[in-house]
Amino acid sequence: MKQYLILVAFILTFNFASAQNKLYSSNKSDVSFFSKTPLQDIDAKNTRANSIINLSNRELVVRIPVSSFQFKNKLMQEHFNENYLESEKFPYATFKGKIIEVLDLGKPGVYSVNASGILTIHGVDQERKFSGKITVAESTLVLETAFDVMLIDHKIDIPKLVFKKIAEKIAVNASFNYIPFKK
Amino acid sequence: MKLVSDSNEVFVRTATFKARRIINGHSVETVGKNNLDFIISHRFDRLNRGFEDFFGLDAATNRLGLEYGINDRFMIGMGRSSFQKAFDYLTKYKLIRQSTGSINTPVSVTLFGGHAIRTQKTVPQLSAFDRSSYTAQILIARKFSEAFSLQISPTLIHRNRADIFTDNRTVLASGIGGRMKLTKRTSINGEYNYVFPNQINDNYKNNLAFSFDLETGGHVFQLLFTNSFGMTERQFITETDGSWGSGDIHFGFNISRTFSFEKKKKVNP
Repeated sequence: MKQYLILVAFILTFNFASAQNKLYSSNKSDVSFFSKTPLQDIDAKNTRANSIINLSNRELVVRIPVSSFQFKNKLMQEHFNENYLESEKFPYATFKGKIIEVLDLGKPGVYSVNASGILTIHGVDQERKFSGKITVAESTLVLETAFDVMLIDHKIDIPKLVFKKIAEKIAVNASFNYIPFKK
Repeated sequence: MKLVSDSNEVFVRTATFKARRIINGHSVETVGKNNLDFIISHRFDRLNRGFEDFFGLDAATNRLGLEYGINDRFMIGMGRSSFQKAFDYLTKYKLIRQSTGSINTPVSVTLFGGHAIRTQKTVPQLSAFDRSSYTAQILIARKFSEAFSLQISPTLIHRNRADIFTDNRTVLASGIGGRMKLTKRTSINGEYNYVFPNQINDNYKNNLAFSFDLETGGHVFQLLFTNSFGMTERQFITETDGSWGSGDIHFGFNISRTFSFEKKKKVNP
């Protein structure tokens, strides 16, 4: 709840502090993660994530509803929500940050960018820096990024019994398609 | 503005119970799409058999069951019990899922229908019709918190031929069951099946059971104590003859193992 309020406050500041046409919101998103061990491959996909990017001050927010990750194996999905991410207690994973490079993202082109900020998963904040690619077209923006999440960084416990089935490091791929934000 | 308001998100409350059974009776849970559940259940003899029969462990009945999810709401299953050599077939449909967010639903509702037939030879031999029974249940459950869930299960059982001819052939009952989570992977369950009065012989008792559930990866283990030998609805709801007060308590367990048959998609790591 606290995180949600912070996010609302964050977005409201966006609204008042910046010009409307500089604000882009995601209309399509795809976040997937992958864990590979000799015993078991785990992959899941989420298309319910939301993101807003502000071109004037290059600030970026992402919010992912954790329980919307779809697994092929439904039992895995249940365990993911119940035992590992505890999605009823921590319904969202979020990223709040800023693109480091000073770029004019109004011009069409492909830019490789770095963003630093706070990644919150399982209720645990981590200061992170990500690199990705932004493709600017006529009135759309595509952000693509890939990064790793260490389970230990976010206090996600794995019992010894299934230790060998779940990798300690999870690879995440994310892509967002943005359009100019309209109220 | 979609990102600011939460109005477009629906959070379905999952895992109201760990297994497809609270203990003997069905829970609101169904098997996931293309998942197959293999359930091995044992009930040992009564604890009050004493040391000579090693507190009932010398004799046991079992039920082997397979349950398959057609989709995430609809499942089918079958089982075979050694007790009365009963075969049972069942379907379950998750009608309503408890959720919060833009759609606020206070309870989960699952419909259950089952058919069971005894195949043990009797004298005189009864027709297949006479050996059959049918069960319909409306399972209504609410996950009150992360740890506590409660379910009531109004039940209708129809036996084409009751063992005691003065018994009603159609019996109305209601189950109540709950679980209390101890840790993320363990819980204590309780279940009571109440048969409304003046339907069956007074020598039959209501079914009462307690269990300890342990979940490990793809398995759910339920270690339980109950006063009935049988594991199909007719057997444990309408034909339980053990009494907790006299020590007619059966130790038993259910082990459920889930297999996934979802096709593996190639993923680029």
